[in-house]
Amino acid sequence: MANKPEKKIIVVGGGLSGLMATLKICEDGGKVDLFSYCPVKRSHSLCAQGGMNACMDTKGEHDSIYEHFDDTVYGGDFLADQLAVKGMVEAAPKLVHMFDRMGVPFTRTPEGVLDLRNFGGQKNKRTVFAGSTTGQQLLYALDEQVRRWEVKGGVKKYEFWEFIKIIKNKDGVCRGIVAQNMNSNEIQAFPADVVILATGGPGQVYGRCTASTICNGSAVSAVYQQGAEIGNPEFLQIHPTAIPGSDKNRLMSEACRGEGGRVWVYRKNPQTGEKERWYFLEDMYPAYGNLVPRDVASRAIYKVVVHMGLGMTNPNRVYLDLSHIPADYLERKLGGILEMYDDFVGQDPRKVPMEIFPSIHYSMGGIWVDREHHTNIPGLMASGECDYQYHGANRLGANSLLSATYSGTISGPEALRLARSGKLGDALTNEELEAARKECVEEFDKIRNMNGAENAHQMHHELGDIMYKYVSIERDNNGLKQCMKELHALLKRWDNIGVTDHGNWANQEAMFVRQLRNMIIYAMAITKSALQRDESRGAHAKIVLKSDYDSWDAAKKKAFDEKNGKYHFDAETGRAMTDDGNDDLLFFGRDDEKFMRTTVVSFDAANSEPEVSYREFEHSLIKPRLRNYAVAKKE
Amino acid sequence: MAEQKKVRFIIERQDGPDTAPYTQEFDVDYRPGLNVVAALMEIQKNPVTVDGKKVAPVVWECNCLEKVCGACMMVINGKARQACCSLIDNLEQPIRLQPARTFPVIRDLLIDRSVMFESLKRIQGWVEVDGSWEVKDAPIQNPYTAQTAYEISHCMTCGCCMEACPNVGPQSDFIGPSPTVQAYLFNLHPLGKFDAPKRLNALMEKGGITSCGNSQNCVQACPKNIKLTTYLAQLNRDVNKQALKNIFNH
Repeated sequence: MANKPEKKIIVVGGGLSGLMATLKICEDGGKVDLFSYCPVKRSHSLCAQGGMNACMDTKGEHDSIYEHFDDTVYGGDFLADQLAVKGMVEAAPKLVHMFDRMGVPFTRTPEGVLDLRNFGGQKNKRTVFAGSTTGQQLLYALDEQVRRWEVKGGVKKYEFWEFIKIIKNKDGVCRGIVAQNMNSNEIQAFPADVVILATGGPGQVYGRCTASTICNGSAVSAVYQQGAEIGNPEFLQIHPTAIPGSDKNRLMSEACRGEGGRVWVYRKNPQTGEKERWYFLEDMYPAYGNLVPRDVASRAIYKVVVHMGLGMTNPNRVYLDLSHIPADYLERKLGGILEMYDDFVGQDPRKVPMEIFPSIHYSMGGIWVDREHHTNIPGLMASGECDYQYHGANRLGANSLLSATYSGTISGPEALRLARSGKLGDALTNEELEAARKECVEEFDKIRNMNGAENAHQMHHELGDIMYKYVSIERDNNGLKQCMKELHALLKRWDNIGVTDHGNWANQEAMFVRQLRNMIIYAMAITKSALQRDESRGAHAKIVLKSDYDSWDAAKKKAFDEKNGKYHFDAETGRAMTDDGNDDLLFFGRDDEKFMRTTVVSFDAANSEPEVSYREFEHSLIKPRLRNYAVAKKE
Repeated sequence: MAEQKKVRFIIERQDGPDTAPYTQEFDVDYRPGLNVVAALMEIQKNPVTVDGKKVAPVVWECNCLEKVCGACMMVINGKARQACCSLIDNLEQPIRLQPARTFPVIRDLLIDRSVMFESLKRIQGWVEVDGSWEVKDAPIQNPYTAQTAYEISHCMTCGCCMEACPNVGPQSDFIGPSPTVQAYLFNLHPLGKFDAPKRLNALMEKGGITSCGNSQNCVQACPKNIKLTTYLAQLNRDVNKQALKNIFNH
């Protein structure tokens, strides 16, 4: 590309999306400075187990790209931009071929072609996989290709560097970043033509979750505080099957259920009174059974455990059972994760059922981007889990590896196009770079010398407890209001943190204090958006309270009464519950008229408050219909 | 109430690359399922030694906590392993934590393993594809070969094998089992094998496979049960064949 002037893109984050973007930029003659918390080969993408969706149609099921499109939109409860999703599902088979050429050891059929497996929310076999470590294998393939470009001089890696913030020029265009070396603690400003954030999800806002310790959403929160809008942050996926742990909840892939795993608890048979295994997902959702989407499965497990009291008491868990499946089959298809259960629990899931419970897993929300992955700040782009695109209100299993990779193939080339367009205003002056650097140095020095009574890690634990209590599987407006109060209190207490490490070499503690503040501020964006969204959609299920009901007009009250038959409001909590003896909670319905809109949150710096508004998106291709996994889509 | 059971940790610490190591002891409340990383996290919340001294929290590296990323490798009771899946119940107490000194120490248990990633460049650990764009369908693969590739692809560059290998360290120039075996992986792939001679020639050079003393330590240390020595032996044969070819083709 000798005829094109050399352009430099900064990519922050070295997971699937960041690496894919990097690769595309290098191939088109651009240069990349790649920043990551860790050697990029250790990025969180490698935790994905089950597989990647793509319509390969090699199982004689007449699978089609349209069907994948429809499953994704339907599974996401019609909140995903349909043109964006369409682009993604169309690209999927090509991406799989690319990975195959790069040497990903996909599991194969005896004929040597790619094997496919079932995944939740989809009736066809559509998920390519590499045993049960698909994410690891895909990440390694891109890591290898990027290393190849590193040798050729296209990429300069900054591993063990933490992103602190972006730098804008006088026209408000993002033209660089400030970052800190995590070992030497040196803070530097880096100029660029365009910046892409690919920093993953905010799982650590909830503390114990299935995400890596590096997935703290700190970078997203930092640019949010600098004016970037956040889209749909209230939609956080709770994965139904995780092994609860005190350091983290470890994922048990949905592939377990795809390969025939069954979820059950003990109960007294309502007719005979005898103790029996109750396969409740199969009972409640006959068409999809154990393969209902994640939001549906999580709520069902929560209901069975918390509301019906049928979980194994202390700890509250249900069984995920593979023990009826032949051991050699399990080894080939799921070996990696079965070993994990053995390693971390000390029991063999080939012989005994696993004990599992839902856990925070993935964020459908993130930085708001347009279809080309531009944020509302010119010169700043976002892709991968840190953007909000592609999944709507709920993500189908095995669509995350796809969206991460695909978004990189869009953001990378687009960043280079933008860099070459000449519409970015002036590059940063040395004075501007130095001013931004100095500000961050001063902030870090201040943190290093904090001498209050609070411990940041203890506060992080509390943040997780608060978020799990009020903003997880079931939400109600009283809880969400209370949550906002507690988060404000936590943010205030942040000022009173004391660090024991005042040094300036590999000071992980001070860096964590900075991240914690960002996490609390992001938690507020999640909570406030959940509070404002008075409906249930996908991962966001809101219980109706008496106070909600009282605020409705007569027509809305009437519709609710007709839909729900006999119910009452619990005297203590104000929650609406059925009268039929089961005391089932009653939820808001999906409200397309009011809420078929993207939540957009911007930061009000004066009050550290999120400001929530709504934005239209493209949903004209597939007409919204109500989700019902008790019957197959076409029935 | 019964007294809370404690777990004693003896941790080898070091403030910087050039300072002298020292040890500190910490007690952590026992709970079922506790692992070494979870215990280190508890110390972060209350970094006080058994003598009641408030100290800087212990520095170490971890990411996924699922034994996939390879970050939290350290020497636990004398053996290199992942801290995340080291259950307290399976360890003799007191538990001694040390950095893997095969690699330069940055601080405490945090080490610099960049040499492993550099070695991957040397053996050209990638498939030379034309590009990420669409070319055509990928070649069909023998499912058995793919299974071997799958096994080797689990290598998470944790460095356990490097720490266990007596030939990796300042006394030798051996690049180590992990990067060496990656050459075997890429030579297996239908497209990757086009560049097999390049990789084999790289392994003939100084620090290549001839520096392997076949001590068999690596295969025992590998947390992913990769049959390292089997593939090292196979590679050795391939390298010898390549050496002969080099002679006759010149």
